[in-house]
Amino acid sequence: MTDIGVFKVIPPRIRLAWTRFAGSIQSSWKTLVIWTPFFWLLIFFLAPFFIVAKISLAELVIASPPFSNMVQWVDGSVVTIRLVFDNFIYIFEDPLYARTYVNSLKIASISTVFCLLVGYPVAYGIIRSGPVAKPLLLFAIILPFWTSFLLRVYAWMGLLADQGTINSLLISLGLIETPIQMLYTEFAVYVGIVYTYLPFMILPLYANMEKLDSTLNEAAADLGSGPINTFFKITLPLTAPGIIAGSLLVFIPATGEYVIPDLLGGGNVQMIGRLLYNEFARNVDWPVASAVAIVLLLLLVLPMAVYQHYQAKSSEDT
Amino acid sequence: MVNKPPAPEQSKEQGPSQDADQEPLLQIRAVIKKFGDFTAVNDVNLDIHKGELFCLLGGSGCGKTTLLRMLAGFEAPSSGKIIIDGKDMSDVPPYERPTNMMFQNYALFPHMSVEKNISFGLQQDGFSKSEISDRIDDILRLVELRDYKKRRPQQLSGGQRQRVALARALVKEPKLLLLDEPLGALDKKLREQTQFELMNIQDKVGVTFVVVTHDQEEAMTLSTRIAVMDKGKFVQIGTPTEIYEFPENRFIADFIGSANIFEGKVIETSVNHLRIKTEIGDFDVEHNIEVSKGSHVYIGLRPEKIHLSKQAPEKKTENQTLGVIDDIGYLGNTSRYKVRLESGRIIDVTAPNQVRPKNRTHHITWEDNVYIHWDASSSMLLNK
Amino acid sequence: MHGERSRFLSIMLFVGFTFLYVPIILLIIYSFNYSKLVPVWGGWSTRWYGVLFESPDVWDAVLLSLKIAVVNATFATILGTLAGLAMVRFGRFRGRTLFGGMLVAPLVMPEVITGLSLLVFFISLKQLFGWPTERGFTTITIAHITFSLAYVAVIIQARLTGMGNNLEEAAADLGAKPFKVMTKITIPMLAPGLLSGWLLAFTLSLDDLVIASFVTGPGSNTLPILIFSRIRLGLRPDINALATIIILFVAVLVAIAAVILFRQQKRDLLDQKMARMPEV
Repeated sequence: MTDIGVFKVIPPRIRLAWTRFAGSIQSSWKTLVIWTPFFWLLIFFLAPFFIVAKISLAELVIASPPFSNMVQWVDGSVVTIRLVFDNFIYIFEDPLYARTYVNSLKIASISTVFCLLVGYPVAYGIIRSGPVAKPLLLFAIILPFWTSFLLRVYAWMGLLADQGTINSLLISLGLIETPIQMLYTEFAVYVGIVYTYLPFMILPLYANMEKLDSTLNEAAADLGSGPINTFFKITLPLTAPGIIAGSLLVFIPATGEYVIPDLLGGGNVQMIGRLLYNEFARNVDWPVASAVAIVLLLLLVLPMAVYQHYQAKSSEDT
Repeated sequence: MVNKPPAPEQSKEQGPSQDADQEPLLQIRAVIKKFGDFTAVNDVNLDIHKGELFCLLGGSGCGKTTLLRMLAGFEAPSSGKIIIDGKDMSDVPPYERPTNMMFQNYALFPHMSVEKNISFGLQQDGFSKSEISDRIDDILRLVELRDYKKRRPQQLSGGQRQRVALARALVKEPKLLLLDEPLGALDKKLREQTQFELMNIQDKVGVTFVVVTHDQEEAMTLSTRIAVMDKGKFVQIGTPTEIYEFPENRFIADFIGSANIFEGKVIETSVNHLRIKTEIGDFDVEHNIEVSKGSHVYIGLRPEKIHLSKQAPEKKTENQTLGVIDDIGYLGNTSRYKVRLESGRIIDVTAPNQVRPKNRTHHITWEDNVYIHWDASSSMLLNK
Repeated sequence: MHGERSRFLSIMLFVGFTFLYVPIILLIIYSFNYSKLVPVWGGWSTRWYGVLFESPDVWDAVLLSLKIAVVNATFATILGTLAGLAMVRFGRFRGRTLFGGMLVAPLVMPEVITGLSLLVFFISLKQLFGWPTERGFTTITIAHITFSLAYVAVIIQARLTGMGNNLEEAAADLGAKPFKVMTKITIPMLAPGLLSGWLLAFTLSLDDLVIASFVTGPGSNTLPILIFSRIRLGLRPDINALATIIILFVAVLVAIAAVILFRQQKRDLLDQKMARMPEV
């Protein structure tokens, strides 16, 4: 159909056949666009979870890989089925795991609140800045997000160490005589999480606030509402979607954080990500590691679903 | 009930030839479009002939844009048929239809120059380079943008962009040009000027235009025929004069222009007159329709068809009553008066300001007692 | 909504940015410290940069990481763009909800879970098909593409939604078939999104420690794995030097992207000026 002139001399039946052929190419092209990434995710994202689920129901064997074979399990008797839930029973019975899960959730929630307390005014401050400052400030928020996460955590090791910058500063000012231990404490983990996850809080908040109609504030002021009242009655409720998105974006990955508790918490702060890694790498107990992962996933399924719901909703709004 | 009045004489000289034996260029047959539970277009039938400048007029959400998008092929009808130049369009994708569209916000490709934008469609049809450049020259001359070939759309003013969008769609010489709110993005002054340009261009190229608009003034000025849409249906189809002077029902009378509407009962019928009893008195209505005595009808009266004076009219007519000026809206050339009648009913009257306020005998002001009267042929008989 | 920033907000901005930048600035300053003990200042020196350049394992790790990052960014951009197109432009299709879920999940999924699941997946594959024979470049790249493509898809989806489908409809109306529409209109219009998507995927890959640690095999150390194994034992001045180089490298990359975007903005302003000029 590239040339209408040529086309006119082609008999209609052939033309119809060609149109159908071209149509099938078009639709197969569409199928390709959908299925290439879809297939990739099905194979490399979804399928692995099923394997983890399967292994969490397997028993530990001294071999490579260190778990029993699925085939055995499928053909297995009642005895093996009892055995396979052992990993979960073990996790529930050993108080170490329960404590670690609770601790992870606690640290993630508190860090999320601090991220919000710092991030909200910063995002709001950027929104309220002039047209020149605004993009620059936003850029300055994004920049650390592009630089290495690991190195940003490392930077805090230098600040928080016993002979680190903060302690040296405090000693030289004469405020303290012996260094305060900050590195390898829970405090360091909080600082690390808030520091590295702050941009994840600020960006969704900023995106949400940017959509706000500035005349709403003027309307509220015109109707006699003071700035504080306006903030709580107008701005805060309207930025709720941003708060939820930002909080989940911090909370969910922070719960499973491995690097920060390992580097800044040392052996003193136990979080589930670290426990899982140790179970897998040190103890080489893959079935238990898988069971730990499955339980963690179950804990996070609800927040993840909420996040997805908000993502879908905000993409529909625009 | 009232039958449709016959089309008045002048519509024939205004409109294009509508030979009965010539097949309409566009035939819309029982088209329905549903989005989930919502019926956007509800069982619509329409014929449009070659050379027409046809307007789909209606408020937002009336289904006019959906109908246009079905003509272009962006939406498929849920049922019914669209036939263009004798060919059923059901299985024809947008890129193979003999239609082109001018989009509401023009949809000019921002990464291409004016020239590239216009040649885009021609390239898809495989025209030779020299032919493409000839056609671009011709079309740019038509829209008076020859000096802007190399500019990108962002470097053009609103009016220029509008012309590029028109040129891009016209250059493919479509059988049907679809225009979605073509003047909607322009300011008032430019819009009025562009209306006439658009009509001139249509006249020159002879392409059939289907225009979607919510602006009734635009529809009246531009089109040879108008279809007024509401809730997915055509309420009335006709020439601008037919629609304005012979509205079929109260919705049209009120939607196009404004009208004083009275409920009434036919109390007398004669050869070409009806006498109708209403809340404000008994009036004569000139008619050429069969209406039986005792029928329940509505009469519409356009504000500008009512005469207003402080002095009693020289010749006493049947359609005459007294009132008091309740309110005045001064528009400069004309004024809109709210006249309170004895019954308490307030009616709208528009009258030219023929004298300045100094003229005490004729200048009308608040609380003046006035006579109003109108010609028996000015009343519009409406159903529903 | 600007020009009326209260003092409180200004202070919070200052505090926020100090918090974000001071640690990085200190990290860079200490890379020029002569002393072997990082926090103890021993005078300015570039000694540790020298040490860095002489360690071959660092160079191996840098090369491996860059190789993975480039391949990852390229594939993730292609797959993420297709995914974004499918989600925004193709309306409803079978499995759309599942697809959408799998596109959002990697953004929030704890890395330990993704890493562990991919590792056991690769091992099962090897058991079943004898592939991948060894873990390293291939397995890390596949793992990185899997989560990077979700980030690219987010960027592409946002851009596609912002664009609307008017332009694509206009092209179809002018006779362009779907494939033509995609290559002539959609892809060029997406260009800035493709650039930032590629860059994001590139840096995400350079940055990843946890997932790479799970799916790598013996002998294949990416840069983050190498850095992590060294800093677990405490501060090391040569790592400060390496960090400084990485940070500057990324900053330059991002700055280039920013300059491109800034130029675009400036061009837009000029265009607007031109549009307002009276007709000749």
